[in-house]
Amino acid sequence: MTVQAPAAPTKATVRAPRRRVPAAVWLIGPSVIFMILLLGWPVVEGVLQAFQDENGFTLDFVTRMVQDPYFWPAVRNTLLLIVVMIPIQFAFAIGMALLLRANPRLHKVHFFVWAIPLALSDLAAGLVWLSIFNDRGYLNSVLAWLGLEGSSWLAYDNQTTMFICVLIAELWRATSLVLVIVVAGLQGIPKDYDEAAQVFGATFWQRLRHVTLPLLKPSLQVALILRTILAFQTFAVAQALTGQNFPLVVGETYRWYTGLQNPNVAAALALVILVVSMLTSIFYLRALREKNQGGTR
Amino acid sequence: MTETTVDTAPLKRQKRNRVLLQLSCIAISLFMLIPIYLISLAALSTRESLNRFPLSLLPTSFSFETLAAFLGSTGVFGALGNSLIVGVGTLLLSAVIGVPAGYALARFAFPGKEPYQLFLLFTRALPIVVLSVPLARLFLTVDIYDTTYGVILLHTALALPTTILISASVFLGVPQDVEEAARVFGCSPLGAFMRVVMPMALPGIAAASIFTFVMSWNEVLGASILTLDHRTLPAQVLTSLADSPLAYRFAGGFALVIPSIIFIALMRRYLTNMWGSTIR
Repeated sequence: MTVQAPAAPTKATVRAPRRRVPAAVWLIGPSVIFMILLLGWPVVEGVLQAFQDENGFTLDFVTRMVQDPYFWPAVRNTLLLIVVMIPIQFAFAIGMALLLRANPRLHKVHFFVWAIPLALSDLAAGLVWLSIFNDRGYLNSVLAWLGLEGSSWLAYDNQTTMFICVLIAELWRATSLVLVIVVAGLQGIPKDYDEAAQVFGATFWQRLRHVTLPLLKPSLQVALILRTILAFQTFAVAQALTGQNFPLVVGETYRWYTGLQNPNVAAALALVILVVSMLTSIFYLRALREKNQGGTR
Repeated sequence: MTETTVDTAPLKRQKRNRVLLQLSCIAISLFMLIPIYLISLAALSTRESLNRFPLSLLPTSFSFETLAAFLGSTGVFGALGNSLIVGVGTLLLSAVIGVPAGYALARFAFPGKEPYQLFLLFTRALPIVVLSVPLARLFLTVDIYDTTYGVILLHTALALPTTILISASVFLGVPQDVEEAARVFGCSPLGAFMRVVMPMALPGIAAASIFTFVMSWNEVLGASILTLDHRTLPAQVLTSLADSPLAYRFAGGFALVIPSIIFIALMRRYLTNMWGSTIR
């Protein structure tokens, strides 16, 4: 707990603010030290762990990671999940935000209900949907009441339904994060623009395409980056719903670390996540900036 | 016969749109609520009724048996305690470090402010898993592996950038004039901060603290990598997933869902501020 110590001088220097700059540095300092120790150093350490053994530099761990039979399925599943989920999620979130803006009755209640999953972990979401999708769960029960035959939605040989189950659980849980960011963004846009476009006879879709979405772009950019990075980290949903049957990259990290007791390969897998998240963020920033220069504003 | 000459089509269309709007809102709310109803139903029915096949969709066999069995099984009660300790510890530590930094960001211009803000943004993009594995080794060497302290440190590191950004925006909302007025009337800078700024900023800071607590309460991966015996609740549930009966898992899910509903209810006024606008 040594990191807590620098917090003490904070108050002392606020008392004598003859020079403003040092006061700010004293206020900021502890956080910088803390983050270098607990965010910066582990990243460096992680790179070393993945590429170094007793004899120095090695690619052994990376090779073992790539040759593991679960690795490529895990990568494929993770990417597939993101590519399918993100567009659906954004369409839903934007739609939901627009519904809320139209001021339906009880819109505060609706917003509260739609926001509940914000505070849910992906493990909890997985367990919630497990009660629905398992062989003797509520979905099959409903089908049985209706006189239809159920199915083993989460069985190993049903890769497609398994994927859909994970997808639904993640849509249910994580759309609210995008929703809240979009709602906050919409609040910052004066309704006048939309009304002006309406006066000039623009249809709903034209207004959405040419007025609302361009103005929402900064919010969407943030939501996109945040949501994609978080989506790369999804694993407990799949773990709760399917066990090892639907491998995801972070789940593999967990398996290598706890199950196979190999922190080095786990560190290598973690680096894969890090590199891919960074690349995606840069890609989003680039893609959305270029369009900005193209002249939307 | 004047009614026939009035074109009622737009009015009708508007009415139909309103109905559609209400219906779609209700449909989405049902999609959000039904799973929560079902997990509650599963966690609050008897074990025997969970074994029947077409499960009843109505609360016909209400009992605390399943939930009690979950809370009574080894490690769960301790894990609940650990989760609370870690959550509160994270909340306090990140407030002690993060709130002053947020204040500085809101009030002072200082060299390196831009890089500092960029650095905060960058750390938000750092996946938890990248930190957990190396930190486990680090904590082993300094002897805080498998303690709640280790998990508190990790969670604080994760929550700190957000805490700083949120508290900065909260302090920006407190007008500088009132602080200066307090100084004019003879308050010390610290006194002005404690007596004038803090009371005005407190609701926002409290919401930010709940946000931190939620983050810590939900974090699964890091907590399960950094601990063996002193697990938090999600870590405990995760590690016992494979060899536990369905009833246990449902009760675990329920135990994780209920607090989140309370959290959201507590801070529904701040939702868009916390997760929305200030998140960038």
